[in-house]
Amino acid sequence: MTSTFDRVATIIAETCDIPRDTITPESHAIDDLGIDSLDFLDIAFAIDKAFGIKLPLERWTQEVNDGKATTEQYFVLSNLSARIDELVAAKGA
Amino acid sequence: MNLEYFHLIDRIARLSLDDRTITVEANVPEQSTIFEGHFPGYPLMPGVLLIEAMAQTSGWLLIALMKFQRMPFLAAVKEAKMRTFVTPGEKLTIDASIIHEGSGFTMTKANIMSGGKLACNATLTFRHVPFPNPELRGYMDVMAKRIGFPEQAMTDG
Repeated sequence: MTSTFDRVATIIAETCDIPRDTITPESHAIDDLGIDSLDFLDIAFAIDKAFGIKLPLERWTQEVNDGKATTEQYFVLSNLSARIDELVAAKGA
Repeated sequence: MNLEYFHLIDRIARLSLDDRTITVEANVPEQSTIFEGHFPGYPLMPGVLLIEAMAQTSGWLLIALMKFQRMPFLAAVKEAKMRTFVTPGEKLTIDASIIHEGSGFTMTKANIMSGGKLACNATLTFRHVPFPNPELRGYMDVMAKRIGFPEQAMTDG
């Protein structure tokens, strides 16, 4: 079974035309991969569709802006994948 | 339409919150300073204004769905196709529907029909935020009344 990270990495590679082999679980979507907020909307759209969830981007952004969270918590891909797993689990609960 | 003021929609003909669709009417004016430059002796509705018309149509749908609490701003245009020339005096019908509602953003698809034929279409992305100030909210209230935005959808907000 394909891992959440692999699916997310494939989405990012295809959406942003980034070589798949440069995307690792440690990659920061913004700082390492250079994905800006507008491109991230396309990624969020693809993730929402692929996993049947709704990434809470507004809440995450607000938390970062308020200093309650760091971008690493949401945009390092291993962490993003974990968040997606949580959202999928919550949806199925 | 009043091109100089970016009023690109004349009337909301149909708005369905259940179907998440909207249809509006927009009549291209016979005269406009825009046509003096685009193009001399061969007036055509600029493609960017047709895209804006699709964006405004989508925007009113989003405002209705968000109960007049948030303002959508155009963020991306994809697959925009200008299929035919649109000329002064044409009566356009523009429809829009939701492709995806994300967190803080929405994607729509929109079509412009003229004379029963598809003239333009595009896929649009909007970011939306709470109305940034009372002035803009007030302006949108005035515009809503002008184009026949359903009272029910306004009072729900």
